[in-house]
Amino acid sequence: MDIRSAGVLTILFSIIVYLISASVTEARGALTAPLHLQVFDTPNDGGGSLTALWAAAPSDGPEVRYEVLLAEGPSVADYSTMKVVAEFPADKRLVKDTRLPWWTRNGEQKDHLFVIRSGKGVDVKDGVTYSVAVATVKGDTRTFSSVVQATPYPNWFNWNEVNNLLLALLFGGLVFYTISQAKRREVFLRRIPGLDAVDEAIGRSTELGKPILYLTGAHDMGDPSTIAAAVILGRVAKRTAAYETELMVPHRDPITMAVCQEITKQAYLEAGKPDLFKEDSNFFITSDQFSYTAAVDGIMLRKKPAANFFMGAYFAESLLLTETGASTGAIQIAGTDSDHQLPFFVTTCDYTLIGEELYAASAYLSREPIQIGTLRGQDIGKAVLLTVIGVGTLLATVGLVFDMEWPQLFLDFFKDVK
Amino acid sequence: MIFLRRQVPLFITLIMGLVFAAQYYVPHPASEQLLTVATKWLQIIGGFALVLGVTSLFHLHAVKIRRKETGWGYSIVLYAGLLGTIAVGLMANGKESSAEGAATAFGWVYNFMMVPLQGTMFAILAFFIASAAYRSFRARSREAAVLLIAAVIVMMGRVPLGEFLIPLSGDVSQWILNVLNASVRRAILIGVSLGAVALSLKIIFGVERSYLGGGKE
Repeated sequence: MDIRSAGVLTILFSIIVYLISASVTEARGALTAPLHLQVFDTPNDGGGSLTALWAAAPSDGPEVRYEVLLAEGPSVADYSTMKVVAEFPADKRLVKDTRLPWWTRNGEQKDHLFVIRSGKGVDVKDGVTYSVAVATVKGDTRTFSSVVQATPYPNWFNWNEVNNLLLALLFGGLVFYTISQAKRREVFLRRIPGLDAVDEAIGRSTELGKPILYLTGAHDMGDPSTIAAAVILGRVAKRTAAYETELMVPHRDPITMAVCQEITKQAYLEAGKPDLFKEDSNFFITSDQFSYTAAVDGIMLRKKPAANFFMGAYFAESLLLTETGASTGAIQIAGTDSDHQLPFFVTTCDYTLIGEELYAASAYLSREPIQIGTLRGQDIGKAVLLTVIGVGTLLATVGLVFDMEWPQLFLDFFKDVK
Repeated sequence: MIFLRRQVPLFITLIMGLVFAAQYYVPHPASEQLLTVATKWLQIIGGFALVLGVTSLFHLHAVKIRRKETGWGYSIVLYAGLLGTIAVGLMANGKESSAEGAATAFGWVYNFMMVPLQGTMFAILAFFIASAAYRSFRARSREAAVLLIAAVIVMMGRVPLGEFLIPLSGDVSQWILNVLNASVRRAILIGVSLGAVALSLKIIFGVERSYLGGGKE
């Protein structure tokens, strides 16, 4: 090849390179209409909303904006008759931002998704057909997608929560299996000092001839912690009946009071001391937080109970109650699932049942196979969760340290299933 | 009678427990409506139950006054407060302020008696926190010493003067709260949640019955 032909080839190559680069630049800069627009009823909701989904475009970026347009009815004469219900930068509102689990997710992660709901000036009604379009806007230029029709309606099942349902069923099955196992063979129970001290506290009250004060917390019977407190009351009442010690149970909720009256009555019957049962050992004070606290503090200071039990849910009154109790020299046992109040109980009570120990107390005190089996089920559930947390931590660390992408797949799976 | 006292409540618990557990998974407005109706029923039952509570309160304090038990004078104060508030509440038609905006006697009782008394009780908390902290932070054991050190660091890190005196305390206290404290709280919450779910299942399926009054049949 001579120098002349080489020069011609070089010029030709330069022209081709220029043309290609120019076309790429033009493609990036050109404003394209939103592609593959789909509009459908938002799945797994109570109705009143539509979801618009469209593909990501090469022109997407913070300088480009999307407008979502809506009109009532199956047809529209012109885009100008449609109402703009949302406007946002083209790099926002992506499918990956929705945090929907993979089994209900629509479209690719990088696609755009917008949920149209009733709001300011917009009323999305069930059973009415709407026309939806999306426009790409850059400066004064606007390009529109085709108009798509959809009708919102309410759904009967939320598939986003199906993981929750499966896990609940699995855990429930596990609990019932462990209960059946516990009926057949003995299960080891770790000792909890707080529960061992229940007998000690009742015994001390008996020796001193002073009453026992038992509180069931701030919530009503709809709360599991109050139910747990009421169940423990039954066990405590049985022992106070056996030891013939006075029991005082002031309440904040009348329904809880009625339930606890029945529980106490049954406990005295089972202890063979029905004549010792007093109807007013359970009494109502008030539903007001600080009025109740003042009244209970007064009881503590006047009657000086030798043992105070604080079971159930508590709020700001926890320290006011326990500190007063501590000042009277009473032995104090607390049990709560209110994690924000735990520090106060730990610092002022002799023994504290932390979180789940409140729910476990009934099993420890009764030693019934049904109760112990439940504890076993809970422990297995915790072991599974701990394993998942451990594996997840390991995978996240490996992914970060070695700059690998595959651990993220597992982590996303854990995140969706959780 | 045992059928009415045991089987019927257990059957109602099973049906309602399953229905309202399922309600969580049904987003349809009919499901929301069901929940709203049930909540209203609960409020109505709660209202009637209050009669039980007030009766219990009256009875207890009447007995105290009759027997002249220790502190029976407080029972008279309770009667006076309760009946007095009911009387002014009825006179003011349950309203705290009149049409002109002036406080009614009922509003006066609330604003100038109830609110200051509640505020007083809440204010005592500050002193109780100090006394409880003093008792706990006496470094008599290794655990108490750890608690004391952690508390001092967090306290220094949360106030501008502390961070000015010990610049590192802000980051360290944040680390204690975000890492140590948050992880322990989450661990407790996991245990609590599993315990609550297990207890709920036992109640729904009638395995736990002692809340009905007693243990075995």
